[in-house]
Amino acid sequence: MCLAVPGRVVEIMDDSDIAFRRGRVDFGGIRKEINLAYTPEATIGKYVLVHVGFAISVIDEDEAKRVFKYLEELGALKEELGEIPQ
Amino acid sequence: MKFLSEYRDQKAADQLAQQIWKKVTRPWTVMEICGGQTHTIVKCGLEDLLPRDITLVHGPGCPVCVTPIDLIDKAVAIARRPEVIFCSFGDMLRVPGSSKSLFDAKAEGADVRIVYSPLDALKLAKSNPDRQVVFFAVGFETTAPANAMAAWQADHDQVENFSQLVSHVLVPPAMEALLSSESCVVQGFLAAGHVCTVMGYEEYFPIAERYRVPIVVTGFEPLDILEGIFMTVSQLEECRHEVENQYVRATRREGNRPAQERITEVFEVVNRQWRGLGEIPASGFQLRGRFQKYDANRRYPSSAEPARESLECISGLILQGIKKPHECPAFAVKCTPENPLGAPMVSSEGACAAYYHYGRRQSHDRIQPELSGTPSR
Repeated sequence: MCLAVPGRVVEIMDDSDIAFRRGRVDFGGIRKEINLAYTPEATIGKYVLVHVGFAISVIDEDEAKRVFKYLEELGALKEELGEIPQ
Repeated sequence: MKFLSEYRDQKAADQLAQQIWKKVTRPWTVMEICGGQTHTIVKCGLEDLLPRDITLVHGPGCPVCVTPIDLIDKAVAIARRPEVIFCSFGDMLRVPGSSKSLFDAKAEGADVRIVYSPLDALKLAKSNPDRQVVFFAVGFETTAPANAMAAWQADHDQVENFSQLVSHVLVPPAMEALLSSESCVVQGFLAAGHVCTVMGYEEYFPIAERYRVPIVVTGFEPLDILEGIFMTVSQLEECRHEVENQYVRATRREGNRPAQERITEVFEVVNRQWRGLGEIPASGFQLRGRFQKYDANRRYPSSAEPARESLECISGLILQGIKKPHECPAFAVKCTPENPLGAPMVSSEGACAAYYHYGRRQSHDRIQPELSGTPSR
């Protein structure tokens, strides 16, 4: 039930009351209206993590690459140490 | 999909698994809290990538599984009232109550509807002013901001024909209950990423300290889980017990402050019954103050019939990580997703359902993954 899916904000419908701030979010081609009250920092083009109709977080795109950078460095290190035959 | 499919890359998964194999020197038991993580582990066969020394046990983080049976009975009783449109997330419908599930009630004519969001239930209430719309507000901290907002908007828009049957539970008190039990086998935790996205992870520092247990906030994709296991096992091997965050792309230490503020405005912390675990102090939410008028528990009097649990279901032991689903005599024989004896066989986050759907009926052999071009050790 705690499943949350990342999607890209493509449109924002602001409301005078932040509790009703909504946006249209694209999930790989499927677009849904999502409540953005809890992510005031979400702007068009950013990726938000959506759970039961609410964005609960804005994805940190730099941090999202961290594990791949780590594995890349690991690979380079191995090469240096001669663990991978060239 | 971006930020999803790249975390399912097999080569990267093998690389992370290799790191775990290199790190481990002794047996360790690690619990993943969240049922969503359990499903990824079983569906992707992650256990088969890990050294035999690592045992993963599946935690109580399935809200459907821990919702008490008397509340399911109550939901069925409310749903059967002719004036009621009963709304729920789909998972709850087939969970067996004492004699009926919500699905049975629907088959008998009750107006039970599956909704995607609690705001959809609120919308239904607005468009059906002559009916009573009741939403089954089940969930962990992840779902609390949504349910809090539905109650808040109902109050703001003065929607009188809307209410919530609240069964909200909290992760940290359940972890403490598990850790303080004499039968506890857990040495490290993968904390539930999305729960921490909302609440942050400050609450876990005293738990890690008191029980000397590593806690790693972990995401839900295969690479997240393997990295979470690597971080947990590294701590165990190095005799550390810290709170670390694997799921940095979505989770900050302080969590989501606007969501926490709304939760605190609408809900208060109460003791809660957990199906299979019993009562845990200060482990759930109920509506507070001016929002209590939206409490379906107050709006509809309780049925007098006492709840009856299946005697054959060992879900309590499963939820504490003491037994694995395939060790239950009823598993896949008397208890199947079509005819479940207990909630973990129903829910898309239940450990029994995961084992059933992905064919895990016995312990598998573990083989160290080989990387292309890497000589095996």
